[in-house]
Amino acid sequence: MSFIVDHYNYWIVVFLMMAGFYIVIAANNLVKKIVGLNIFQTSVFMMYISIGKVTGGTAPIAAEGITTYSNPLPHVLILTAIVVGVATTAVGLALIVRIKRAYGTVEENEFEDKEDLI
Amino acid sequence: MAEIIDLVLLAMLAITALSVIFLKDLFTVVMLFGIYSFLSALIFVNLDAVDVAFTEASVGAGISTVLMLGTLALTGRKEKANNHKAILPLLVVCVTGGALIYGTLDMPPFGDPNNPAQQHVAPRYIQDSPQEIGLPNMVTSVLASYRAFDTLGETAVVFAAAIGVLSLLGLPKQDRAAIQSGLQSHIVLRVVAKMIIPLIVLFALYVQFHGDYGPGGGFQAGVIAAAALILYALVFGLPMATHVVSPNLLKALAAIGVLIYAGTGVVSLFLSANFLDYNVLASDPVAGQHIGIIAIELGVGITVFAAMLSIFYAFAAQAERKNIQ
Repeated sequence: MSFIVDHYNYWIVVFLMMAGFYIVIAANNLVKKIVGLNIFQTSVFMMYISIGKVTGGTAPIAAEGITTYSNPLPHVLILTAIVVGVATTAVGLALIVRIKRAYGTVEENEFEDKEDLI
Repeated sequence: MAEIIDLVLLAMLAITALSVIFLKDLFTVVMLFGIYSFLSALIFVNLDAVDVAFTEASVGAGISTVLMLGTLALTGRKEKANNHKAILPLLVVCVTGGALIYGTLDMPPFGDPNNPAQQHVAPRYIQDSPQEIGLPNMVTSVLASYRAFDTLGETAVVFAAAIGVLSLLGLPKQDRAAIQSGLQSHIVLRVVAKMIIPLIVLFALYVQFHGDYGPGGGFQAGVIAAAALILYALVFGLPMATHVVSPNLLKALAAIGVLIYAGTGVVSLFLSANFLDYNVLASDPVAGQHIGIIAIELGVGITVFAAMLSIFYAFAAQAERKNIQ
C-alpha cells in the first residue's frame, strides 16, 4: 500500500503527460492540440508541486507554532510558469486565428496540401 | 485524510483528461479544460501550494477559458472526424509512458521530508527568509527577492507574448462608432455585473498589496484585475470597455510595468549594490526589502494586467469584426 501512495502522484503525472502528448500528436484540430499542450504543461506543474510536498507540512507562510513547511521553491517556479503558460497559449491561439483567416480551416490535414499563403 | 483527497482529485483529473481525448465538440473540450484547471487548483491547495492554486484558478480557469472560447468563436465549434488511423501515436505514447513509469519507480517517496529536493536551498529559505526579508509568505520572499532576476525574465516573457499577440491580431481601434454589442439586453446580468465589478477590482488590489503576508501577489492581482474588465467587456461590449481602458493606455502600461521592475534593479545598482538587491533601498535592510518587493510586485501586477487585457482585446476585436461581416 505504501508503495502505491509513494508513487501514485507520479503515475498520474505520467498519465496526464501522455494524455496531453497523445492529443498533441493525434488530434487534427489545432485548438484541440493547444488544449493537449496545456494538459501536458499542467502535468509538469503537478510533478513539481508533488516533489515540494512534505507530509505533515503546511503552506509556506510563516506562522507561530508551526515547524514543518512544504518547500516554497517549486511553488515559486510554477506560479510564474502558469502565467507565462497562459501568455504563450495566447500566442498559439492568435496564430490559429491567423491560420483560419489565411487557409479557411484549422484542421491540420486540410491545409497541409494547400499552397503557402503566408 | 489528505492522502484520500489527493487520490480522488487526481483520479478525477485523469478522467477529465481522458474525456478530452474522445470528445469532438470543442466547446465541451474547452469547458472540460476549465474544470480540469479548477481540479488542479484544488490539488495544489491539498499539496500546500496555496499561491499556485490561486494563480491556476484565476489564470487557467479564467483567462485561458475565455481566450479559447474567443478562438472557437472565430474557428468553429466542431472538430471534424478524421479518417487516418491513430495507432502509431498510441504506440509512441504507450512506449514513452511505460518508460516514464519505469523511471518513477526510482523517485524518492512522495512527501518524505528527507527527499533530496527538501535538502538543498529550501531549508535556508524556510528558516532565514522570515527574518532576512521580514515577510511571512516565503513564496513572495523567494519570488520577489531571492529569485527576483528570474521573475524579471518571466515578466518580460509575458510582455513579449502580449507583443506577439498584438502583432498577429492587432488591437481594436478606439474611435470606432459604438455598435450594439455585448449582452446589453440581459438586465439581470447587467445589474449584477455592475455590482460585482468594483468588488473584483477591490479584491485585486487586496491581493496585490496583501501578497506579502498571505497568498497572492502581482501575478494573481494582475490577472484578477484583467478579469474584472473582461467581464465588463463581455457584458457591456468591447467599445464600452475600450472607452474605460483604452488600448493605447494598455500598450504603455505593459511597458511601464517591466520598466518599474527593471528600474528598481537599476536604482539598487546606483546605490552601489547588486542588481535587484533591495537591502540598500532604505537605511534598514529589512525596510529596504519591503520597499523593493512592493515596487517590483507593482511592476509585475501592471504588466500582467495590461498584457492579459490587451490579449483579450485583440481576440475580442477579431470576433467583433467577424460579427460585422
